[in-house]
Amino acid sequence: MMLAYIIRRLLQSVVVIIGVTLLSFLTLHLAGDPTYLYVSERASEEEIIQARQRLGFDRPLPVQYFSYLGGVLTGNFGNSLRARQPAMELVLERLPATLELTIFAMAISTLVAIPIGIVAAINRGTPLDGGIMLFAMFGQSIPSFWLGIMLILAVGLGLRALPISGHVPFLEPLFSGNFQLAASNAPETLRYLIMPSITVGVFSLSRNARLVRSAMLEVLSQEYVTTARSKGLGERVVIVRHALRNALIPIVTMIGLEFGFLLSGVVVAETVFSWPGVGRLVFNAITQRDIPVVQASVILFSFLFVGLNLIIDIIYVQLDPRIRLR
Amino acid sequence: MTDTVRENPTIKGVSVLHGGAAKPAISEWQRAVKSLVAARWPLLAIVLLLLMAFLAVFGPQIAPRDPNRQSLIERLKPPMSADAEGVIAYPLGTDALGRDILSRVIYGARVSLSVGFAAVAIGGILGTALGIIAGYFGGALDDVIMRLADIQLAFPFILLTIMVLVVLGPGVGNLVLVLGIGQWVTYARIARGQTIAQREKEYVEAARSIGAKNLRIMVRSILPNVLAPIIVLASFNVASVILAEASLSFLGLGVPPTVPTWGGILAESRDNLLGGSWWLAVFPGVAIMLTVLSLNILGDWVRDFLDPRLRGR
Repeated sequence: MMLAYIIRRLLQSVVVIIGVTLLSFLTLHLAGDPTYLYVSERASEEEIIQARQRLGFDRPLPVQYFSYLGGVLTGNFGNSLRARQPAMELVLERLPATLELTIFAMAISTLVAIPIGIVAAINRGTPLDGGIMLFAMFGQSIPSFWLGIMLILAVGLGLRALPISGHVPFLEPLFSGNFQLAASNAPETLRYLIMPSITVGVFSLSRNARLVRSAMLEVLSQEYVTTARSKGLGERVVIVRHALRNALIPIVTMIGLEFGFLLSGVVVAETVFSWPGVGRLVFNAITQRDIPVVQASVILFSFLFVGLNLIIDIIYVQLDPRIRLR
Repeated sequence: MTDTVRENPTIKGVSVLHGGAAKPAISEWQRAVKSLVAARWPLLAIVLLLLMAFLAVFGPQIAPRDPNRQSLIERLKPPMSADAEGVIAYPLGTDALGRDILSRVIYGARVSLSVGFAAVAIGGILGTALGIIAGYFGGALDDVIMRLADIQLAFPFILLTIMVLVVLGPGVGNLVLVLGIGQWVTYARIARGQTIAQREKEYVEAARSIGAKNLRIMVRSILPNVLAPIIVLASFNVASVILAEASLSFLGLGVPPTVPTWGGILAESRDNLLGGSWWLAVFPGVAIMLTVLSLNILGDWVRDFLDPRLRGR
């Protein structure tokens, strides 16, 4: 049963991935003949024809797609049109910085949202609840990049408490095995991370806090919670063991979908804070029409997103066996 | 179902019982107004939104100056600064090119509101239609539509948006189209779920048994019953589309630079922040936040109103 579910989800993921590669392939052709992206503006008609043949753009589209798909499967996305370097290599170089930002933002948004959501639910209707909900309402309504600018103005320029731009690598030395450098960088990495990750995470934090609160309220009114209470269990045990566990189910799904959402925050936050990540890279690549780099990043992120959601769905089924039957 | 109702009185009873839409409209409106007045905050939100809508529609008549008129002698004037004669010419200050921030913020309401509502209309209609079709027919059609939805969800939307806008070029029409298409998935998922729940209900069976065509059943019987969650979603959705528009304008991809937008003014403010010109960033940001906040408060109220079980959650 479980295995069948996993296989079905895997097959679905494959379909999605193929669709994403098709979309990303088509973007190259959306703007017209892609040959012009590869030749200089002063190229003669003959040079253009030669280039078209050399690059294979004269073949029928389906043939081109399959050769593109072959490239994707072997990790070959072609060279960047600007940097004369494999596109995927460029993206992977920038990935650690973006991962730092995304993971930290996700951590802030979940680790703060769960406790404040629970506190609000337990104290429903009190000023504390009202205050938390007001905060969450503002957090959902504030444009994240504006919050970033305001943080720069107030905390960075006003208080001079945190750096307003730049980045100290942590994951990159960690990935390359230089643990000492990673450890010594860590405190500085954090200082540089605080404002950008608040900027990226504030929306999710607010939404998750509201979600946790309503999930908790829902669960707290269920009979099994009343049963647990009437057994004489302490309030803490009831909340943590009986209520929270069930309230977490919708939240876990949310976190998976959040990844794609956080990414859009990342592109903007990287711009505000001059953060050297994939968001900045892909934005520049798009405006410079460096299509291979765009494709490489889009596919990488889609893979990450689909993979993450696959894992989450499997965890989800473990948490709540009722889902499997649907 | 109006003419079938006339022919067959027994169907009418069924449609009133399950159809929701057939309830008398007036009492529903009265109930809405009552609940709005009682809740206070949503009423304030409506007032604020009406004010923004007023600015958007009558901007050119209200704005004290041409939002694009440059005056390099008067560049970067702080808010409320009086000139030699004690006249406050620029209540919200001027930007690096000496343009009046107040006028630019007023004009900005146009783009934000019209893009927000238009994109949600496109996404909502498209998504609801596809969702009802998927849920109603099921089978292969359902699979195709829902896999398309999955693909779109797996494709980082911001990247898709940026790509399409770069290829098509900036412009209000393109922006509306891209943001609208970006929204359909959520509507489709909700409409599909609701349709599946309604599909086997008696009133649908009844409509089918008297020979109603599929299209007719979908539009007249199912649509009214899936509408409530769609309206709730749409009211929050306008808020998030306005935020998305602001982000894209901030990245310089929204509308041409000659059109003042809130996100665009914020983008221009970045270069002068270090010089201490805080007012360039504060006012357009406040405008976005108040609009989005009002929409979210209103969305909460709409949700509670349409589904009283959720009140206070």
